[in-house]
Amino acid sequence: MSKRSKLLFTVLMAFTLVMLAACGNSSTDDTESADSDDVVKAKVGVISYLTGSGASYGEAITNGINLAHKEITELGEVDIELKIEDSAGKQEEALSVAQKLMNSENVDAIIGPTLSTEMQIVGPEADLNGVPILGTSNTAEGIPQLGEYVFRNSIPETLAIPASVQKAIDKYGAKKVAILYGNDDVFTKAGYDTMKQVAEDLDLEVLTTETFQLGQSDYKAQLTKIKSLNPDLVLASALYNEGAVILDQARKMGIDVPFVGGNGFNSPEVIKIAGDAANGLIVATPWFAKKDDEKVKKFVEDYEAAYGMEPDQFAAQAYDGFYVMAEAIKNAGEADRDAIRDALAEIKDFEGVLGNMSFDEEGDIIMEPTVLIIEDDEYVVFE
Amino acid sequence: MLIEQLINGLTLGSIYVIVALGYTLVFGVLNVVNMGHGEIFMFGAFMGVVVTNILGWPLYIAFVVAIVVTGILGYFLETFALRPLRGKEGVSHLAPLISTIGVSIFLENVAHHFFGSGNQPFRTSLSELKFVLGSTTVYYVQIIIFVIAILLMFGLTFWLSKTKAGKALRASAENLAVASLLGVNTKRTITQTVIIASAMGGIAGILVGIAFNSVNPQMGLSFGLKGLAIIILGGLGNVRGAMVGGLILGMAETFIVAYGDSGYRDAVAFIAIIVILIVRPQGIFGTATTGRKG
Repeated sequence: MSKRSKLLFTVLMAFTLVMLAACGNSSTDDTESADSDDVVKAKVGVISYLTGSGASYGEAITNGINLAHKEITELGEVDIELKIEDSAGKQEEALSVAQKLMNSENVDAIIGPTLSTEMQIVGPEADLNGVPILGTSNTAEGIPQLGEYVFRNSIPETLAIPASVQKAIDKYGAKKVAILYGNDDVFTKAGYDTMKQVAEDLDLEVLTTETFQLGQSDYKAQLTKIKSLNPDLVLASALYNEGAVILDQARKMGIDVPFVGGNGFNSPEVIKIAGDAANGLIVATPWFAKKDDEKVKKFVEDYEAAYGMEPDQFAAQAYDGFYVMAEAIKNAGEADRDAIRDALAEIKDFEGVLGNMSFDEEGDIIMEPTVLIIEDDEYVVFE
Repeated sequence: MLIEQLINGLTLGSIYVIVALGYTLVFGVLNVVNMGHGEIFMFGAFMGVVVTNILGWPLYIAFVVAIVVTGILGYFLETFALRPLRGKEGVSHLAPLISTIGVSIFLENVAHHFFGSGNQPFRTSLSELKFVLGSTTVYYVQIIIFVIAILLMFGLTFWLSKTKAGKALRASAENLAVASLLGVNTKRTITQTVIIASAMGGIAGILVGIAFNSVNPQMGLSFGLKGLAIIILGGLGNVRGAMVGGLILGMAETFIVAYGDSGYRDAVAFIAIIVILIVRPQGIFGTATTGRKG
C-alpha cells in the first residue's frame, strides 16, 4: 500500500515538475517577445474597498480598472500586470496590503486606496518607499500634498461647488443667496464651508444660513424663512435623501429659484423622490454618463456589456485613472518607479471619459467638472 | 411670514399631538411606555406610500389601509410583546419597555428590508391644493391635519368619558384587578386600547407623508422621541396634556427656526421641556400622583 502511494506521489511530483517547467518556458517566451517588441512591462498594484459596507465602491472601481486593463492589453502598447488587493475600507488593512504590494510584490505603481482616510495612511508610506500612487476616489482636502509620489484624479468638493455656483451666477445673474446645510454630517458641513467661501469670493450677499439634521422630515420653517427673503439662488449642502425632500417642500411652497448642491446631492434618486420638484437643481460632477462624446459612449456601452450596469462616478474615475497610469508608464519607457512618477507629473491634457485632465505641481487633478442641471426630470449639461 | 410660520408650527404640532395621543393612551392604561409606537407610525406612513405611489389608489384608501395594518400591528404587539409579560411573578416593570424596544428594532429592520433605507415619495394631489390670503399661502393639508388632530382629541375624550368601553378602560387604568373583579373584560379592553393607539399612529404616519413627503424607515425614531417628550411635558396618560404639549413643541421648534438659529431647533425645544418639568414635575396637566399604581 505504502509503496503504491509512494509511486503515485512520485508520478504526481514528476508531473507537476513538467507542468512548472512548461509554465516557466512559456513565460520566458512572453518576455522575450515583449522585449523584442519594445513594450514596457510593469506591475501595478490596486488597493480597493472590496468587502464590507462600502464594497459597492470598490466593486465599481475594480470594474473600471479591469475594463481599462483589458483594453490597454489589447492595444498592446504597454504590458501591465495587475495585483488587486482588498483593504476592507480599514486604514490598517490598507497599509498592510500596501506594504505587501510595495515590498514583496515589488509593484511599480499603486492605484487606490478607495477612502481618503486610507490614503492618508498609505500615501506617506508609498512616498517614503518612492512608489507613485494614484487615488481615483479620494476627495478630501490635502491628499496630493501627502507627498511627491501621491497623485489623484478625483476632483474635490472645493473644486466642484465653485464651478457650479459660478455657472449659475453667470446664467441667472444671481446676487443674493440663501444657504441651507446639514450641520450634523461631516460631508455636508464641509460642503457648507466651501459654499460660504465661494459666496465670499464671488461677492454674493448671503441672506440667511439655515441648518437641518440628517433624517429630518419638516423643513417648512427654514424654507418659509428663505422664501420671505427672496433669494436669487439657494445653495444647499445636503445628501440626496434630505435634499430631495427639501426640494419637494420648497417647490410646493413656491420657492422656484434654482438650487445649487454639492456632490452628495448628485444622484438620480433625487428625481425619483422629488419628481418634478427636482427641476432646477444644479450640481457639478466629474462624470456624466450621457455626455455627447464618443469616448464616453463607448465606455458606457462596454461597461454595461461587461458588468450589466451603468458605470458610476467611481468606475469612470478608476477607468481614467488606469489609463493615465498606463500613459505614464508608456511615457516613462521603463518599469522604474521614479521614471513613472516623473511621467505622471508631466501628464497634460489627457483626454479621458471624465474630460481633459492634467496634474498640477502638487499632483492634484486639473479638470473642468461638468455642471449639470435637472430639466424635465433628467440631468442635462447646464450651459 | 408670521402667520405662515404659525401655520407651519400648528401643522407640525398637530402631527406631534396625534403621535403623542397613541403613547398617552397606552401609558394611561398599561403604565407602559410603548417604544414600538414610533415604528408603527412609520409603518402607517409606508402604507400610504404603497397605496398612493406604488398602487396609485386614492388617498382615502391609504387611510383605511394604514389604520387596518397598524391596528393589526398593534394587536401583534399586545399579543407577543406585552401580554406574556403582564401579571407574571418576577417580571421587572422594565420588561415591557424592553420588549417594545425589541418590536421597534424589528419593525424598523422589516421596513428597511422591504422599502430600502432612503426616502420614499408620497404622491398625492392633495398636497398641492392651496389658497392665498393676502401674502399668506395656506394649504388644505395643513387645515386637514389640524382638524384631524382636534377631532381625534375630542373623539378620544368623548370615548373615554362617555362610552361604556371608555369607562371600562378608565377603570382598568385605575386598577386592573378591581376592574376585572367588577366584570370588566380587562384583556379585551387592553387589546382594544393598544389597537386604537396604534391606528392613531397609522393616521399620523399618513399625515406626515402628505405634509412633508418624507417617508423613511428611520422616521419612527425621531417622531417617537418627540412623542415621548410631549407626554412627559403634558402629563403622562393625559389626553389634553398630549394636545397642549404637542402644539407647544411644534410651535417652539418652528419659531426657533423662524426667528432664531435653526441649529438650536431641537435643543431649545427640549430645554423648554426641562424648564417646564422643573416648575411642574408632573407635567402641565398631570396630577401629582402620590404613589398611585405601584
